[in-house]
Amino acid sequence: MPRIVVDVMPKPEILDPQGKAIVGALPRLGFTAFSGVRQGKRFELTVDGPVTDEILEQARNAAETMLSNPVIEDVVNVEVLDA
Amino acid sequence: MSETPLIADLGGKPEEAPLSGGLSGAKIGVVTFPGTLDDRDAARAVKLAGGTPVALWHADTELGDVDAVVLPGGFSYGDYLRAGAIARFAPLMAKIVDAANSDAKLPVLGICNGFQILTEAHLLPGSMVKNDHLKFICRDQVLRVENNRTAWTNQYDEGQEITVVLKNQDGQYVADEKTLDELEGEGRVAFRYVGWNPNGSRRGIAGITNAAGNVVGLMPHPEHAVEPGFAPLGADGHYSTDGLGFFTSVLSQLVEAK
Repeated sequence: MPRIVVDVMPKPEILDPQGKAIVGALPRLGFTAFSGVRQGKRFELTVDGPVTDEILEQARNAAETMLSNPVIEDVVNVEVLDA
Repeated sequence: MSETPLIADLGGKPEEAPLSGGLSGAKIGVVTFPGTLDDRDAARAVKLAGGTPVALWHADTELGDVDAVVLPGGFSYGDYLRAGAIARFAPLMAKIVDAANSDAKLPVLGICNGFQILTEAHLLPGSMVKNDHLKFICRDQVLRVENNRTAWTNQYDEGQEITVVLKNQDGQYVADEKTLDELEGEGRVAFRYVGWNPNGSRRGIAGITNAAGNVVGLMPHPEHAVEPGFAPLGADGHYSTDGLGFFTSVLSQLVEAK
């Protein structure tokens, strides 16, 4: 079953409090190579049948209107994964 | 099993409502979404102020004859996706958005999760993200009334400081600089935090209004500061009933309009 992946990230100018907490915790486990973390969201939309242009357009619309809030987030990726 | 009433019968008579006489006919709808917590407190606040609370359900398709609407606090849909993001698409919300934008300018108050729903529904600008310190916060909080010309603040003095409850995790108000400048320039910052900034909100903003003044949203909870004994201790050592002014404000405006 094909899936459409939508990736949403907090806008660059919005301080990401969760990412900040994670980057603070990483060194405590010995992961010292990372100077920043930003946490986003990945959605997987399952499609029963082939992904047409129209369905992909629907996914893009859903990503902009519901899956993300354009005030605080950007849709950074919409792509089809073949099963 | 019978349904739990919106307001419990606690026995005895409530104290005389601050604005009684002719006001009890004003109907204030209180919307319950799956995961709403503070609908009963909001309804009780309406009643204590002298109004008649009306229970509304998110899946209702008609607003009925309510004169104003409160979107109470809580965690609608478990805050899944984003706080308020799914509640925004409830059937009743479409009616509320239409009524708020209509010539009748239905007064709408969003408290905490209700404020988040109002921003997701684009009735108010900006959005809320997690508190900058990442902790759930629950405390008494002093606010300054910056705009007393709205449907929900006309019984306060401009600059008046009120003490109400603040309790949330996603309470940091954010908007781009242009929007913030517009809000400030148009006097649409309704409330600001006093003493400290409890969550990193831009410019210390606790609540805002739309341009018409009928839609107001804020993160703190006025409905939890309406009764002596069940309210924050104010700066003067007495229980704060400062939150009651939201509800007497809307009732007062409704009476004047009639």
